[in-house]
Amino acid sequence: MTDLSKTGAAVGEPVNAPSDAPNAFLEVRDLKVHFPTDDGLVKSVDGLSFSLEKGKTLSIVGESGSGKSVTSLAIMGLHRLGPRGKNVQMSGEIWLDGQELVNASPDDVRKLRGQQMSMIFQDPLSAMHPYYKIGDQIVEAYRVHHDVSKKVARKRAIEMLDRVGIPEPAKRVDGYPHEFSGGMRQRAMIAMALVNNPELLIADEPTTALDVTVQAQILDLIRDLQKEFGSAVVLITHDLGVVAEIADDVLVMYGGRCVERGPVDEIFETPQHPYTWGLLGSMPRIDRETSDRLIPVKGQPPSLINVPSGCAFHPRCPYADIPKGDVTRTVRPELELVPGGHWSACHLPAADRTRIWTEEIAPKL
Amino acid sequence: MSDTTKQTAAAVAPEQTSSSEEREVLLKVEGLKKHFPIKKGILQRQVAAVKAVDGIDFEVRKGETLGVVGESGCGKSTMGRVITRLQDPTGGSIHFEGQDITRLNSAGMRPLRRDIQMIFQDPYGSLNPRHTIGSIVSAPFRLQGVEPEGGVKKEVQRLLELVGLSPEHFNRYPHEFSGGQRQRIGIARALALKPKLVVADEPVSALDVSIQAQVVNLMDDLQTELGLTYVIIAHDLSVVRHVSDRVAVMYLGKIVELADSTKLYESPMHPYTKALMSAVPVPDPKRRGTKSERILLKGDVPSPISPPSGCRFHTRCWKATEICRTTEPQLIELRPGQQVACHHPENFADQAPQDTVLLSAAKEAVELVGEAVLEKSAETVAAAEAEEAAAEAPVADAEAPVASEGTPDETPEAESGDQESTPK
Amino acid sequence: MILLLVVSAVTFGIFFLLPRLAGQTADQLAQQYIGKSPSAADIAAVKHNLGLDQPLYLQYWHFIKGIVAGATYNLGPTTVHCNAPCFGYSFKDHVEVWPQLTSRLPVTVSLAAGAAVLWLVSGVTVGVISALKPRSFFDRAFMGVALAGVSLPMFFTGNLAILLFTYQWPIFGRTYVPFTENPAQWANTLFPAWCSLALLYSAIYARLTRSGMLETMNEDFIRTARAKGLRERNVVVKHGLRAALTPIITVFGMDLGLLLGGALITESVFSLHGIGQYAVQSIESNDLPPILGVTLLAAFFVVIANLLVDLLYAAADPRVRLS
Repeated sequence: MTDLSKTGAAVGEPVNAPSDAPNAFLEVRDLKVHFPTDDGLVKSVDGLSFSLEKGKTLSIVGESGSGKSVTSLAIMGLHRLGPRGKNVQMSGEIWLDGQELVNASPDDVRKLRGQQMSMIFQDPLSAMHPYYKIGDQIVEAYRVHHDVSKKVARKRAIEMLDRVGIPEPAKRVDGYPHEFSGGMRQRAMIAMALVNNPELLIADEPTTALDVTVQAQILDLIRDLQKEFGSAVVLITHDLGVVAEIADDVLVMYGGRCVERGPVDEIFETPQHPYTWGLLGSMPRIDRETSDRLIPVKGQPPSLINVPSGCAFHPRCPYADIPKGDVTRTVRPELELVPGGHWSACHLPAADRTRIWTEEIAPKL
Repeated sequence: MSDTTKQTAAAVAPEQTSSSEEREVLLKVEGLKKHFPIKKGILQRQVAAVKAVDGIDFEVRKGETLGVVGESGCGKSTMGRVITRLQDPTGGSIHFEGQDITRLNSAGMRPLRRDIQMIFQDPYGSLNPRHTIGSIVSAPFRLQGVEPEGGVKKEVQRLLELVGLSPEHFNRYPHEFSGGQRQRIGIARALALKPKLVVADEPVSALDVSIQAQVVNLMDDLQTELGLTYVIIAHDLSVVRHVSDRVAVMYLGKIVELADSTKLYESPMHPYTKALMSAVPVPDPKRRGTKSERILLKGDVPSPISPPSGCRFHTRCWKATEICRTTEPQLIELRPGQQVACHHPENFADQAPQDTVLLSAAKEAVELVGEAVLEKSAETVAAAEAEEAAAEAPVADAEAPVASEGTPDETPEAESGDQESTPK
Repeated sequence: MILLLVVSAVTFGIFFLLPRLAGQTADQLAQQYIGKSPSAADIAAVKHNLGLDQPLYLQYWHFIKGIVAGATYNLGPTTVHCNAPCFGYSFKDHVEVWPQLTSRLPVTVSLAAGAAVLWLVSGVTVGVISALKPRSFFDRAFMGVALAGVSLPMFFTGNLAILLFTYQWPIFGRTYVPFTENPAQWANTLFPAWCSLALLYSAIYARLTRSGMLETMNEDFIRTARAKGLRERNVVVKHGLRAALTPIITVFGMDLGLLLGGALITESVFSLHGIGQYAVQSIESNDLPPILGVTLLAAFFVVIANLLVDLLYAAADPRVRLS
């Protein structure tokens, strides 16, 4: 389970060339997830590629509607289930440990869910069934994939509750979700997700609903557990502070596409995309006294039905007029390797980008 | 016991405050309490009460922004609704511009509703979906029977422009707007009657980061332009730091620290403030791994129905001693512009130096207090005390040495030094 | 405790309001018991004998006392004793109301229970399937049928069922046979009535279940259940249905309670001698005491059903359990 032999830089390897089974533990290639609605086709994810190794954490950052949550559900194969699941149009490839998931049979994907890949959600109160005991819900998760008696599974549940730091696990195992505090519920949720030692853990805004002190506890727990189990973690968040805290690699999404991707230090030190600059400039920071104003991104996030042509960010980008002609309005920028060693999808010439970042943006942050 | 130190500290404080900026007090809150009764049985007898706000004092001065932070359940939102008199206080008093508004009935509050306005968190829930933007923003004029110069419509369009919306949005409905735009509408409505005080409860927490920054800047601009006074209630300490002149930190219905923003964030005195701030993730990956800077509080906030005795934070505090369990610390101004309710403050002379034995709970209170934190806190305390000692030398020279030697004991890691430093 | 309070409040209300609603004065009541063209003296005598000249609160007291201890009615020449749970005495038919009710109760219970099982099973099944395939042919077809079921009045569907299944194709029996005598025959005769009644109710339940399920299947905990790798069938039944059904318990309890108080139209249409039919009969003949008795019994069932619903709900949803 905790095979760490396949470690390596998760980003930096070009992933556009479609080949057979990839070397990376998790590899997503040109993923597209579209939802037909009465108003038109919602292109939630529109050509996303990335890879991730075991033991590493990838943070997907973006605002609401950027497609980050849909990506996580797509990996889990979750949005295809349910009444409207049939209508979802999905293409591309998702490789998990040598197995392709987009074209796999639903039952094969189901067997992987909860076993090899599992997920924790934003609001642990609504994510747990209100009528069943915490313990029973964990037992259920364990027994789906393990042919063991209820007694054995219960022992395992208590063990997991203990592991995630719930006091008196033998007693709390019989508690109901509403009897737990927010932080304890999220711990229980993590215990449930990890009960089968998954190799991939997807955490969708796991701390957004929690207070800061509890958030710190939960992030710490996720980090420790990752070290212990050696799993790959995909952490979806809108909070760049959380990203800096926990991620090895960062993927910034905008309008269903990746606009920038790279190691965390790179993204924070020499970000190359104006949207990333905007995110950094929008964030008030606790560690600095800024009587200066925040530098917000002007305008509104794009509609996913009528995604702006060319670069989706161009209507909000202060530098859209720098590249010659109307290339920003007509040509969609592809991810390119930038000098620092990460990937960015922007039409701005590299020299301009460096100049703007070092001279205009960075000093104000 | 600790009276001498307290007195000296209190004695020093006033003369220093006098030099600090004195602005006219707009809102003065004293001993404010709000309890929600819990009733049981057929007779609905009151068996207990949720002490949401349990005795707080503060002032809001004209033109400033007071930030109120705290975790969920600390009573900050209730406080906001009580000071705007959307809810009746259980005890204490509220003075607005010198007028006692604590017990005013709704008719009495009516004229004051012009001056005190509230902005809510949920831009979706607080706008009636069946009304146009025009009628939502003009509602305050109708309710107060005010006819603005140039007519209501013109004034509403001016307001819409002021908050960065197009005047043509007048006839649209709330659902046609995004979250950030809806929050702008809420702000326009709040500003319609040119209020003196605006209480904003989590005004940006439902918004995306880039939009959040737009709204923060807008509120900032409006304050400069219209001379508004804000009370901003938020759980996000970064936002509060950015917008506030002064900040109140609440824990279980009490203010534990109330200080100028810079002072609070640079040298927090209450251990809870310190822990709270250290928990905020900083968007700087280089600072990761410096776990030494992080104080990880264990466990959960106790129930506000039966809050802990003495200092309410003592059950989770790594510095708690016997006195914390028995005696409630008062909110006193230890440094100019910094009020703290703590027996063993950080970055300052200990208020109860003779009380050195840690409660057993204290040792388990935090998971990791890095050595660096302890050293640093010991250092700053020593420095602060040296300063204090110098200042107080003629008054209380006997006090200083005990204090400076006693303080490092408050930190669990430094316990080994106990024998040496205790003179007796 | 609360239950008793409610029941007594209900009886009180019935006792005081019912005669007024029926628009009868004490004089008219007394007149009924004597026959044609009574003299004023006769009326006064009857009124006195029956206690109708007493103040209402005293009459109420006697009535309540009758339920607990039995009552004796003075019919002028003779007196009649009405035994312990005395729900009144029909002066028209010269019978006590309570034995009438108990003898008719099995019929009503049979009708209600059988129909309840049918409508619950069919309604929930249809509702779940519709919810899982919204806007499909099945969904539209069944919701159409459901709409018809709710809209068609009982005297239409009931009479149609009788016409088709007992006259046109005599598959089912016509006269009620007690369960204790011959269960097969019992079911056989009641089946058309069950179906007619169930059609009405299952339509409502299918709609309730469908909307409940649609809502539940969008809940976060359903997504969690799927994320665990559960089979879709388990997700639907164990997680979805469990949550969607709980509110239906409430409605079901109330409906059943109401039906036990007598399905007036159904029993009349199918000539079942149940409580509902007794009520209809009494209303037709303007016989007040049985109406009072039936109403009281029905109220009692509703109150009991309410209590059971509350208990069941607490058992089903841990969040409402008393701490």
